Amino acid sequence: MRQILAIVTALVLAISLAAPAPSFAQSKGEIVIGMQCDRTGATQIVGTVLCPGFHDYIALINSKGGVEGYKIRAPEVDNEYKVPPAVESYERHKKEGAVTIAVYGTPQIYALAAKLAEDRIPGTSPGFGSAAAADGVRYPYIFPIAATYWSQAAAATDFVKKQLGGSLKGKKIAYIFYDNPAGREPIEVLEDLSGREGFQLKTFAVPPPGVEMGAQVLDIAQRYRPDFVIAHLFGGAPAVSIKELKSKGYPLRKVIALVWGSAEVNIEAAGGFGVAEGYYTMQFAGVGQDYPVLNEIREMYKKEGKPVPKEMASSVYYNRGVFQAAVHVEAIRNALKAKPDGKITGVDTKAGFEKISNFTLGGLVPPLKITSTDHEGGGLVQIWQVKGGKFEKVTDWFSAYPDVIAKHTKEAAAK
Amino acid sequence: MFHRESGVLKTTYEADMALYPLPIARWTVGAMAVLFFVAIPLTLDQYYLSLANLVWISVVGALGLNILVGYTGQVSIGHGAFMSVGAYTAANLAIRLGSPWPVNLLAGGLMAALVGAVVGIPSVRIKGLYLAIATLAGQLIIEWTINHVTFISGGVQASIDVPRPRLGSYVLSSQRQMYFFLLVFVVLAIVATLNLIRSRIGRAFIAIRDQDIAAEIIGIDIFRYKLLAFAISSFYAGVTGVLYTYYLGIANYEQFQIGVSIDYLAMIIIGGLGSVLGSVLGAIFVTLLPIAIRYAMEAFGGLFFSPQTVLNLIPNLRLMMFGALIIFFLIVEPEGLNRLWRNIRNYFRIWPFAY
Repeated sequence: MRQILAIVTALVLAISLAAPAPSFAQSKGEIVIGMQCDRTGATQIVGTVLCPGFHDYIALINSKGGVEGYKIRAPEVDNEYKVPPAVESYERHKKEGAVTIAVYGTPQIYALAAKLAEDRIPGTSPGFGSAAAADGVRYPYIFPIAATYWSQAAAATDFVKKQLGGSLKGKKIAYIFYDNPAGREPIEVLEDLSGREGFQLKTFAVPPPGVEMGAQVLDIAQRYRPDFVIAHLFGGAPAVSIKELKSKGYPLRKVIALVWGSAEVNIEAAGGFGVAEGYYTMQFAGVGQDYPVLNEIREMYKKEGKPVPKEMASSVYYNRGVFQAAVHVEAIRNALKAKPDGKITGVDTKAGFEKISNFTLGGLVPPLKITSTDHEGGGLVQIWQVKGGKFEKVTDWFSAYPDVIAKHTKEAAAK
Repeated sequence: MFHRESGVLKTTYEADMALYPLPIARWTVGAMAVLFFVAIPLTLDQYYLSLANLVWISVVGALGLNILVGYTGQVSIGHGAFMSVGAYTAANLAIRLGSPWPVNLLAGGLMAALVGAVVGIPSVRIKGLYLAIATLAGQLIIEWTINHVTFISGGVQASIDVPRPRLGSYVLSSQRQMYFFLLVFVVLAIVATLNLIRSRIGRAFIAIRDQDIAAEIIGIDIFRYKLLAFAISSFYAGVTGVLYTYYLGIANYEQFQIGVSIDYLAMIIIGGLGSVLGSVLGAIFVTLLPIAIRYAMEAFGGLFFSPQTVLNLIPNLRLMMFGALIIFFLIVEPEGLNRLWRNIRNYFRIWPFAY
């Protein structure tokens, strides 16, 4: 009993000593970006590479004197892809005075949507979240800042059309998707387009956790035999899809993956670039290491005498982290330009986001044009193909069928 | 020291049936009420209140699960799904009929109770691990249904925005307002559970848990009481789901997946099966420990590692420490935090004498 008591007392003491340690004192001239990340949860293959990219860009900005003389701080909280930690993290960032929040995860942005609007803090959801959130009037404080699933589906259809010689009439397209809300979201857009372009669409659902899709792929490769496959999978599922399609004899040069099945890690998990030769991937940030901003980050590390982080080699997610950080910083820069005294709030950053236009960071960021009505910024993507052991650019930034997307956004807003 | 009682000196039935027979216990309850209703909400910052709110939501759910698992001895891995039933019932009522939150709360609870009773039907024939798998099937079926039936889920996104709860014209939206809103239900849930388990129904539950054949022989209708346990427990879960929905302002099915069911089981196992205080302690422990660990890591991690490494280490070490601490506590006291607290209390009760 005595020992137990001693242990408990020691633990209580240890925790009470540890708990008050963080100090939220804000030094003068510091702007806070709240940053959520997932390094341990369901999407950790993304987070472990994306988040270092985010931090490296912030460090680069600070090493160059910050934004308009103000240092940027991006405290990171890992939300494990769960909702309660995301709520806790949001409140913590709010307390620290964050003027914008990089939310991570679809359920998390849904859960925080009401709070963001009430507290007037803009939150971003690049490449995930609800496609309807692109409507800046209906969701004033949510900024997708990258192509939503609707825009991705439209762009994929357009790409397929060009690959098949300019017309989809009478063609067959298979849509294989992860069976969750995010996976089903593009279907309504694809169905619309199938009526309009005259192609036949068949959907194949892969139930979570997405590691078992032999039957669906067999159905695609042997029975349906489509002219093209659009794949919308997450986590470990894209790698499985590449392996399965390959083994069932479906040519990968007739497959296009939406943004979460498009990274080096997916290809490597499928057996490497040799296996996935021909596979098309969709990207909302530049791929590869050949961008001026990445050279600057390498320079920064060299000056500090440290090795360049290994995450950089996994360029798809790393560059997305840089992209995400850069757009936040740009919004803050716009806000500070409007209010040089530095006393900016979420309302100012919102206006800052809505002023972003033609900010490309040497090609790593698409030429977004975010306005008060369009928080998506145009829905631009690039297509890259696995070719000769690396990703090769196939198209430049483009978007497609804006009228169809606008129609769906309008319908969603009316709900 | 904590209690100075001697002999049984009760002269009325009221005194015998009192929830807290000792004056010191009543004072403690009074002091706790002041602490939680006045001191904490008036002094603490919104951030800490948001932590308290997450704890309150978990407390209601953990109490409900403990009625089923701890008191009746029936395992359920489907409580996350029962929460989603409550959440979507309330959200649909709020959106389609515009009904006020008390109606939605009750309807969400009752609907979850109904679904829970149906999922609990196999408990009449099977026990233990077999029942666990049956409830797991319930969880998956409910998840799938909500995910695919757009009449329930309100569209492919499977999420429904819910207006903030209001009292008359007063809208509850800030963390402080939510704190009071949630605390009321926590108190109701605790008092209801304390009374339930010393009623005829509660004693029947305990009899079933201890030996169901013996319970049947002394005249307890096993079928009825097992289903009742499922219904009551799911009612709590449904209310938890509704509270969560109103707290976030949205019902989203991804908030109630299987991991949530496991988290709640962890809460009651760590807190102590078959105890009200244990449910509360377990909910606090499981919700706050990861946060406390993170703060500790942020404070001390920089002493040993570079900032980049710390960022990568924190979430991973946090998971490991969380797991290790759970194992540690369960080894120190397999009957949970509740038993640990009782041991401490009993020690001081006769202190400074050893016996």
